[in-house]
This record gives sequence, C-alpha cells and structure tokens, in this order.
Amino acid sequence: MSGASTLSHARITRTGKRRSGGWTPWLYLAPALAVLGGLLVYPIYQLGLISLLEYTQAQVSGGEPTTFQGLANYAELFGDTRFWQVLLATVLFAAACVLATLAVGCALAVLLTRIRALPRLALMLAALGAWATPAITGSTVWLFLFDPDFGPVDKVLSALGLSGFAHYSWTYDRYTAFALVLLEVVWCSFPFVMVTVYAGIRAIPGEVLEAAALDGASQWRTWRSVLAPMLRPILVVVTLQSVIWDFKVFTQIYVMTNGGGIAKQNLVLNVYAYQTAFASAQYSLGSAIGVVMLLILLAVSLGYLRLLRRQGEEL
Amino acid sequence: MTPPRPRRIRRPWRLAAEAGALLIAAAVAFPLYWMVLSAFKPAGEVQSGTPRPWTLAPSLDAFRRVFQQQDFGRYFLNSLFVAGVVVLASALIAFLAATAVTRFRFRFRTTLLVMFLVAQMVPVEALTIPLFFLMRDLGGVVPGVGLNTLGSLILPHLAFSLPFAIWMLRGFVKAVPEALEEAAYLDGASRARFLWQILFPLVLPGLIATSVFSFISTWNDFLFAKSFLISATENSTLPMALLVFFKPDENDWGGIMAASTVMTLPVLVFFVLVQRRLVSGLGGAVKDG
Repeated sequence: MSGASTLSHARITRTGKRRSGGWTPWLYLAPALAVLGGLLVYPIYQLGLISLLEYTQAQVSGGEPTTFQGLANYAELFGDTRFWQVLLATVLFAAACVLATLAVGCALAVLLTRIRALPRLALMLAALGAWATPAITGSTVWLFLFDPDFGPVDKVLSALGLSGFAHYSWTYDRYTAFALVLLEVVWCSFPFVMVTVYAGIRAIPGEVLEAAALDGASQWRTWRSVLAPMLRPILVVVTLQSVIWDFKVFTQIYVMTNGGGIAKQNLVLNVYAYQTAFASAQYSLGSAIGVVMLLILLAVSLGYLRLLRRQGEEL
Repeated sequence: MTPPRPRRIRRPWRLAAEAGALLIAAAVAFPLYWMVLSAFKPAGEVQSGTPRPWTLAPSLDAFRRVFQQQDFGRYFLNSLFVAGVVVLASALIAFLAATAVTRFRFRFRTTLLVMFLVAQMVPVEALTIPLFFLMRDLGGVVPGVGLNTLGSLILPHLAFSLPFAIWMLRGFVKAVPEALEEAAYLDGASRARFLWQILFPLVLPGLIATSVFSFISTWNDFLFAKSFLISATENSTLPMALLVFFKPDENDWGGIMAASTVMTLPVLVFFVLVQRRLVSGLGGAVKDG
C-alpha cells in the first residue's frame, strides 16, 4: 500500500462518537505504515514476484537475465512428491503440537485453580521460565538432555529397564526426531495457554463452580459442561494462536534436526522454503513455497477473524 | 449446607493435586536447571557417560571459553543494541498508531485493524528471501542498513513486531477514559500535549508489557542474523555465537550450555520483572481480540 493513495482517500467522516480528527490519525499512523509498507507489504509483493521468475544463483550474480516463468515454479513444486510429503508432515506436526499444547495447558490451568498459593506459585514460575526461554536455547538444552552419549534421559530410561534406549539417537529416526521437537515446542508454548486459560477461569464467578461441585459433578464433567463453554472465546484465541505458531515452527526444527534432519526427513514447509532458497540457491522455488505457506496462514487467519466477528467483537 | 464441608472431603485430593503440581513444576524447570548446571560443571563432567544431577566442583571454565574465545561480549552487546533499538522504536511507533486507531474515527480504520491482525500471521521466515534482496539493494543506497550490518536486523524486526504491538496496545489506549481527553482539551491542552503528557504516561505500563514481546522476538532471532550477516562476524548476534560451539566432530556441550545460559538470563529477568503486567495485558489483548 502506498501512503499517497490512502491519504487521498482520508475523508472526514462523522459517523462515530469519537472525533474524526481530519489528517491527525493518518499523521499518527504514518511511521507505522511506512515501516510496514516498506518491510512487510513490499517484501510480500516481492515474494510473489520472485516466485514467478527464474531466479537462481546465476541471476543473482547477474550472469544471466531474469526471465518470467509464469506458474512454472508452482508446477514444478506441485509435481514434486517431496513437497507433498513436507506439506503433510507440516500439517500433522502442527496438529500434534497444537493438541498436545492445548491439552497440557488446559489441564494445568484447571490444576492451578485447585491448589493453594505456594504450589501454584512454583508451577507458575517454572512455566514462566519455560515461556521466557529463547527458542534457540530451548532447542540446544533439549537436544543435550536427549543426547545419546552425555544426556541424562537415555541414562534414566535404560536404568529403568528400557535397555533399548541406552545410547539411543533420538534425531536419527524420523518419528523420534519429530517427537523430540514436539516435546520442546510443547514445553515452551504450553505456558501461554495455561496462563491465559487460568486467567479466564479466574474470571468465572465462583458460585458457578461451587454449584457444579455441590451437584457432584466430576472434574472432567465440570470442565466439559461448565468451564469449556464459558471459556470458548478464550479457547478460540488460544487455539488459533497455537495453530499459527506451530505451523511456522522454524528454529526448533532447524537447530534440533540440524537443518531438516537426516536425508531431509524432518523438513517442515518453513525450513523447506529456507533451505530451497538459501542452501540450494533456488530462490524462485523457495519463494513459491513461501507463497503457499502465506496463503495457508491467510486462510487460517481469515477464519480466525470470522470467528471473532461472530463472537460479536468490535474492532 | 456450610461451605467447609465439601472442602474437607476433598482435602486428600487437594494434597495429591498439590504434590502433582510440584512434580510438574520440577519437570518443567528441569531443562533450565540442567542448562545452568551443565554450564557450571567442569568439562569432564559435562561430556561424561554417567551424568549426575549435581556437581561438587563448580567451575567457570565454560563461561571463560564463551566470553574469551568467541568474542561473546561483543555479540552480547550487538544483540542488546538491536533489541534495544527495536523495543524503543516499536514502542513509540505502535503508541502513535494505537492512538490513531482507538481515539479517532476515520475511513479504512477497520480495514487497517484487520490488516494489523493479518500481518501477525505472516510467516516471517518465508519473507527472508525477498528481505535478503531488499537489504542487499538498500545497502547500496543507505549505508548502515545493508547486508552485514546491524541495521539489516533492526529494520525487519521492527516491522514484524509492530502489528502485535499495535494490536496489544489498543486495549491499553482504549482504557483511558474519553472524558479525560475532553477535559484536557477544555483546559486548553493541544493535541500534542495531550498525547505526550497525559496519554503517554497513562499507557506506559502497557507499553512496557508490549515491549517484552518485541524484545523477546528480536533477542531470539537467529534466522535474520544467519541470513543477512554473511561475512561481517563482528556484527554477529548471540544465537550465531552459540552455534559456533556445535562442531561436526564433537559438540562442546559445556560451551553451548554456558552460552545458552548467558542468552536466556536477560529474557528471564525481563520476563519476571514485567510478568504481572504481561499477564493482565495479555488478558486485555485477548479479551479485546
């Protein structure tokens, strides 16, 4: 979006209760729009453009002219079985991460409401610590915990009688590598769910929960019939936020599986796009993957928006 | 029926729940404990086939390796500088933008809000490709923001932290009563005076809570640093310096854990300092969603 065209449309309207302010809101918005226009909207346009070109190392260095390819890059991408494998892996991995994060986060939020202040503080602090840990250091630490030679996890598992886990390499097998990344992702993202849902439960009047307890409702029944319906708006936000985050997981995969795993077995779309562009210098193909991701996330966010609207949120 | 009765019946359950909570807290905190512990272990104990959950001979060797050999202090300052600039700039820009979209009615207001929301979903990693070329071209025009400079990290992070910052600040700006604004204007305050001397201090707690997110996403960045700082190692940031300890033959786990500790600590401190505001601010942002 160019600033000039939007500015020319700015017209004083007096429909709302708040002042229209003429040019003032646009003046306040100008720095934000300049930054977002130049570094977000323009790159998105460029991403789309590059995905339609032939753009490899030869074109970047100026050795060959860039040529317009139309949808040829997309045709190549959709004809490649690897792309569909990666797409499937991305969707399944994100789904598993979201489900696990929500289950852990919600269960612990309910647990927080049942306990006294001291254990609650302990759990809160531990969760805040996991929340605050940068993705990259979280990845290195979990990798070390599961290290086949020096990590404590394999030692404990084999000491418990699971001798198959002595010096077991978690990153060697495709599924245990994904499982390891999943553990790290859940560890660092459940606190957001827990804290938000806990805040939501606290906002529910105590009488409602007391009534459920007096009626002899079980924990699960209370959650299903009382808490979950009342927390629906918060659960929607938390779920979609998790979907968006987990679909975009990059650092954890990149660091823990060393750039996508052995023989690229642990690629997800984000890492795939990056590796295609920067490791193989196929910038246009990488951009095409980026566009696919962008469209999927756009669809998710539009669905999110519709849900918010349906809940009667005023923007 | 008196209230204490059901509570008394449930007491063993509560004790079990509390024991469970403490166990879970210990499990959740364990990776961080192991990170700090391994950073302080002597090299022989870190790379040992029988890892123990304590050490009797704490040593600063790993930290020494981190700070001396790898020019870590410089990377630390680089990271701090990039994150600091992004936090300050995004706070100011987001404050102005949030004021515009909450305290004024104008055409395209809703469209803009929807765009700020959608912008948060953009996969940053996919945009690395066009941003790489943008930074390369910018470097020829404006020195200081091209590839290999800290500017090439600041600008994209500013752009990516703004939509969320604006979205979250909206709730805080909204919470300031309209009457206050009317009163200020009646008392003869100019728009600028109201903005900076009345609204800004009132929104400041919210700004700080918002800053945590800008700070964390910038501090944690590893992709832009990896992609845009190709040859200028003096401009590297912490994540890059951490990856140095990953070696193809044998990882220096002591060094990795010490570097991870140094990198995690500032975020933890920041987080703990603002956590109360963070939670309430997040609640506000979620409710206003």
